Amino acid sequence: MIADNDITSTLQAQVAAALAAQQPLAIIGGGSKAFYGNETSGTALNVSPHTGVISYEPSELCITARAGTPLQDIEALLAANGQMLAFEPPCFSPASTIGGVVAAGLSGPARPWAGSVRDHVLGVKLITGYGKVANFGGQVMKNVAGYDISRLITGSMGTLGVILEVSLKVMPRPVTELTLTLDMPSQEAFELTTTMRRSTFPLSATCYFDGCLYLRLSGVPSHVFASHRKIGGEPLNNADQFWQALRNQTHEFFQQYDRPLWRLSFPPATSVISRLEGNSLVEWGGSQRWVYTNIPVNLIRNIAHKGDGHATVYRGSLPGVNPFHPLTDNMRNVQQRLKQAMDPHGIFNLSRMYKDW
Amino acid sequence: MNTATDPKRQLLRQLNDILPPEAILTAKEDLHPYECDGLTAYRHLPLAVVLPTTTEQVQLIMKTCSRLKIPVVARGAGTGLSGGALPHADGIVLSLARFKQILAIDTANLHARVQPGVRNLAISQAVDHLGLFYAPDPSSQIACSIGGNVAENSGGVHCLKYGLTVHNILEIKVVTIEGELLTIGNDRQDTPGYDLLALMTGSEGMLGIVVEVMVKLTVKPETVQVLMADFAAIKDAGDAVAAIISRGIIPAGLEMMDKPAIRAAEDFIHAGYPLDANAILLCELDGTEDAVSDQVSRVSAILKAHHAGTIHIAKTATERARLWAGRKSAFPAVGRISPDYYCMDGTIPRKHLAHVLQKINDFSQIYGLGVANVFHAGDGNLHPLILYDANRPGELEKAERFGADILALCVKVGGSITGEHGVGHEKLDSMCVQFGEAELEVFHAVKRAFDPDELLNPGKAVPTLHRCAELGAMHVHHGQLSHPELPRF
Repeated sequence: MIADNDITSTLQAQVAAALAAQQPLAIIGGGSKAFYGNETSGTALNVSPHTGVISYEPSELCITARAGTPLQDIEALLAANGQMLAFEPPCFSPASTIGGVVAAGLSGPARPWAGSVRDHVLGVKLITGYGKVANFGGQVMKNVAGYDISRLITGSMGTLGVILEVSLKVMPRPVTELTLTLDMPSQEAFELTTTMRRSTFPLSATCYFDGCLYLRLSGVPSHVFASHRKIGGEPLNNADQFWQALRNQTHEFFQQYDRPLWRLSFPPATSVISRLEGNSLVEWGGSQRWVYTNIPVNLIRNIAHKGDGHATVYRGSLPGVNPFHPLTDNMRNVQQRLKQAMDPHGIFNLSRMYKDW
Repeated sequence: MNTATDPKRQLLRQLNDILPPEAILTAKEDLHPYECDGLTAYRHLPLAVVLPTTTEQVQLIMKTCSRLKIPVVARGAGTGLSGGALPHADGIVLSLARFKQILAIDTANLHARVQPGVRNLAISQAVDHLGLFYAPDPSSQIACSIGGNVAENSGGVHCLKYGLTVHNILEIKVVTIEGELLTIGNDRQDTPGYDLLALMTGSEGMLGIVVEVMVKLTVKPETVQVLMADFAAIKDAGDAVAAIISRGIIPAGLEMMDKPAIRAAEDFIHAGYPLDANAILLCELDGTEDAVSDQVSRVSAILKAHHAGTIHIAKTATERARLWAGRKSAFPAVGRISPDYYCMDGTIPRKHLAHVLQKINDFSQIYGLGVANVFHAGDGNLHPLILYDANRPGELEKAERFGADILALCVKVGGSITGEHGVGHEKLDSMCVQFGEAELEVFHAVKRAFDPDELLNPGKAVPTLHRCAELGAMHVHHGQLSHPELPRF
């Protein structure tokens, strides 16, 4: 049972006080992604008590919930109706909130096939940098009235406003899922996934780890089983657990804490980069590559840059290093101007994303 | 006037340094084709039209206009339906029509880099032999340009499954009002920093000029089937749509037409639509042979359970194309039965469909103007076509009020005033219905961050607070405008 608790007026009063005192705020949901990005200092603004499902009708393919609503409760509600958040956001703890999902903008294993968090955001209700409650987007799939603030907010790490409510597109769960495992060297796995991109196999996730390629197929039974016959490989038992572990990073690969965990993002058809092999795991058909490494920051960002990619320090702090890949000068200027426009008094999650703002 | 300081003369002189003479239009007869876009009810002549061919030229033009404070209205193919490309009398129209190249096709990463003047359909045609296509397909796809699609976040009949423009572009190159070139997005699955790609998409030329687009290419489905079902009651058709989606089926397209729209389309295209039906549903299913045949039988059963009359399954590709042709030509078809029509673009939660259509019919009676409805039923996007005759005094104004009432109704039931056509010049007043001061304040702040002097497409897309306040005051002072019997907000 999801508690129905509207604390909008309390939150708005706290923002008003912060504006009056020019006192920055640190916006907090479940705190499960506090490790991600920069730390921010400021008075805590706790959104997690702001809970409740405002509306959910399966036939409308949309759920609207207050930002503090636990992610796992929303997932359970959708599952009971044969639906899901198709972008598979990570749930790092039972405290993870739906507002945090949108603020951090992290998607799970299905991302290249099902779309990202922002692809599913239909609307947000915010407390703006002017201290007002504002509604952007809505509950309908198509909406081009005004600038797309809802998708801009997604992944902005709480730096542009306080998310009060979110409306998300939901999708039906697939009828059948089957995960295949194929033992092969990384080069072969790269070639196979590159070929598969042009196919109509119902691929919904990939992972390459420890010499094994995992392929998840999702769809109607006939298509899934026919694809299995063509691709080959061994079906994986308890596949759900495997993908959940990957999504929520409880998988053994993510249990190392002695070195920083880097997340490298590349165009999917980027070939194997030998410097990044070793202690690594590849997802998203080659687009998302996780690496534990002590390679110096400049070097790893250079490797990323050469492959048309970017590199994020996902977990583990490196003194003086911005976790997010540096922006070009003109992009930094534009983004800084945008931050100043939407948060003119500079009170929301300062430095959480980039140190400059 | 002192000619040295006359901004228009200065502008023309400086444009002459940037562009060859044939790329600058200033003669009245040359400007006339640019006086409006697809919304012909509003027209202005600009100072000049410029037709650059390179990004560097666009950058120089922007620098010049920025320095001289000359408004710039970007224009693609000019097929927009909200007056977004309506010229500014003191500004220039920057046409991207000569940016026509498909620059690169990447079959490994599944994308194409194209210039903004490339036609939507031309992209799919260029990659057809590779088994790929570009998914968003607005009805005007034979003419509309990809740059315009980005400006409006265009949809089409396949959005429910394949998404809008914002879901199908990966990167854009944008020239700012200062003449700087920004690369926004990439061909990875995420970008560091804010999601400016989403912000720029649908921003109606208010934040920058798109000079290159990287579009996502999608693998063509193995097979496609189209079903047509007719209904005696619109409510049954609406309920059938909800039922299909509730059962976990996401059709590639799901379209509804009401009786006047069916008649107009059938007279025009001879698509084989049943003339006695009050509504028809077109349902397209795509995927593998097995998956599609499974879905065809499930959808047929759902349609029958909701009192569909006959269910017709297109047997050949030609027949399928003909069924869609009727829908895609609904606008010109209506153009044949009425001297003028005014196309609306509201979105509503699907569950309110029957109620909204009933209300639209009520409005039609009150205003004495006919209306035909086509509906992207899958995603709740309604296109009522209001029939009027501009030569009859007062009819345009009546049609506009009728349209504004429909949009207010869409907002009231939880929808939006525009699903895919944009606000442009046309829906500024309706923006005041959907948004209040808190939202407009943020929109204006975003605009200032990109364009502090308001030179990019000034006066479009986002109304001033003052305009909305005046409009609000008008409602207060005069009650409910000309028809007090109408519910408005």
